[in-house]
Amino acid sequence: MSVESELSGRGASAADSVRASATGMGVGTPSSAASVARASTTGRRRTRLLGTALVLTALAIGGTFLLDPYRNYQLALVAAYFCATAGLSLLIGLTGQLSLGHAALMAVGGYGYAITANALTDAGVDGVARFALAILAALGASGLVGLLLGLAAARLRGPYLAGVTLALVIALPAVTAVFSGALGGDQGLQIAYDDVPPALATIIAVEQWQAWVAIGAAAVVVTVLSGIRSGVLGLRMRAVRDDEVAARLNGVRAGRVKVFAFTVSAVAAGAGGAVLCFVTQSVSPGAYTLAFSLLLVVAVVIGGLGSMLGALLGSVVIVLLPWLIGTLTGAMDLPADLTQRLSGNLPVLVFGALLIVVTLLWPAGIRGALPARLSLRRRVSPAASSPPTPAPPTTAPEQPTQE
Amino acid sequence: MTPLLEIDAITAGYGGSPVLHEVGLAIPQGAIVALLGANGAGKTTLLRTISGLVAPASGRVVLDGRDLSSVSVEDRSRSGLAQVPEGRSVVAELTVDENLRLGGLWRFDRRQLTAAVDEIYDLFEPLSRRRAASGHQLSGGERQMLALGRAIIARPRMLLLDEPSLGLAPRVVAQILGVLRRLRDDTGLTVLLAEQNVTSALAIADHGVVLSLGSVVADRPAAELLSDGALRHAYLGF
Repeated sequence: MSVESELSGRGASAADSVRASATGMGVGTPSSAASVARASTTGRRRTRLLGTALVLTALAIGGTFLLDPYRNYQLALVAAYFCATAGLSLLIGLTGQLSLGHAALMAVGGYGYAITANALTDAGVDGVARFALAILAALGASGLVGLLLGLAAARLRGPYLAGVTLALVIALPAVTAVFSGALGGDQGLQIAYDDVPPALATIIAVEQWQAWVAIGAAAVVVTVLSGIRSGVLGLRMRAVRDDEVAARLNGVRAGRVKVFAFTVSAVAAGAGGAVLCFVTQSVSPGAYTLAFSLLLVVAVVIGGLGSMLGALLGSVVIVLLPWLIGTLTGAMDLPADLTQRLSGNLPVLVFGALLIVVTLLWPAGIRGALPARLSLRRRVSPAASSPPTPAPPTTAPEQPTQE
Repeated sequence: MTPLLEIDAITAGYGGSPVLHEVGLAIPQGAIVALLGANGAGKTTLLRTISGLVAPASGRVVLDGRDLSSVSVEDRSRSGLAQVPEGRSVVAELTVDENLRLGGLWRFDRRQLTAAVDEIYDLFEPLSRRRAASGHQLSGGERQMLALGRAIIARPRMLLLDEPSLGLAPRVVAQILGVLRRLRDDTGLTVLLAEQNVTSALAIADHGVVLSLGSVVADRPAAELLSDGALRHAYLGF
């Protein structure tokens, strides 16, 4: 039944007459076959998403066999950061909400993981059960903080929202100092060492196991975020970002969309913090500084806003660039005092320069420099893939409208 | 006829400066009402007040017997009140397909939504050739069709249209207004059409309301308005 006939509850003839008038081409034919085909496209998209996630995860896990322990440690760090940058990219890229405090949300996840893991260790729980329960607690804690932030974010825009999130990350050391009994003050918290499960102990080293866990966590987080991005929630987010009034006039509850986006992004950041805590067996405020929080934003911009691949590229840059710079300066046989001054400062300088160069050359980030097929950009569904046709001359040139 | 939309002594404006002064209207179910007046008369403000984008200082908006005073913009839309704002308000970064889907997200499940989008393509055939084009790639006429299609996809009972003819070729204006009239005739859709193109608007309207400086100065059948030379000359400029 057509739009019009459903409106009135009348038969199809009325609708057909409207179509005939509108198109000037006679009675339109409801394309039910096309409708079914496009509806099933969504199912295929989901299957393709899951398939892609499984293949990439298997490749990443397989790749750990080719890497030495330190590289596997770096890979685990990339995976942990990937969780946070993917959430941040979704938040900034799809809803236009700028958060400068995602490091604090990672810290919430890290502390949630550490506190729960330590409590479970004291209760005699260990292994997979401890990991699973601790990570659930981390997700819950970061989601709760994200929800509260999101409620504020729904009422704030641009620099005001950025200011609130900035305050969060600045306040983190003070919070850990005030609640030093529970949070360990400046030293933070240490957690019990998670060894390789007995069944795998003869096959892989602990760094490889940690990389597997981190890759698995990142795969789950990024698959969920990708599903949100390509589904109706992603459509609502983009509509709210681009034209909030138009979105609201079409029944989109813009406030809820913003709160949801912030909460989901916080949960992703919390997952990253929890994985980082699992890998490093510790969490402390020194790991989640303002500089690191800004670095997360720089990473998603360099990689490509709103893109999961861009978030991954940004995470790789965060981990590899300081290491690469350290390796190069170490090989240059510089004076000791200069090496000391450069340490920590040079990477920041290079990150700034890289940000400028990338945004000048590729406004869509490094992802934008990759060929479309390699960058995994969303493909247009078959029904919507007809080539653009020249626009008919439907706009009058400077036509007076006042009668 | 029972009024579908009642506007009861609305006073509204921006920043404490009223634009509308105790405006009252009653729009019957299935009517097309042309809202006429010069620039600054308050047409857009009245539409924005009805849709909830502007909060009135006093007065009420009642849709089908329900007072909308405390109802949000989003929920007014979900109650069957659709608006196509001036400037077409197409989400420029979304494709034609996505814009249309956006309009029906709250109402339909996935399969129904796909069918409803196809119905709009049947209604506005030129859009079906531009499904993958972004909003900013469309011509003015296509954008107006898209904005109208997105507004009616959720099957509203009341449609508010703000200057749909602005900047469009006469052929396209005639096509869009023709669709409105047919929708009203065939489905009972009620339309409040704010328009400066007086002759085009009154040609399809049952009733005309003239606003001047935020007050209603005439509320008559369209044919009467057209035949009242003094009124046309004083308020409509021809």
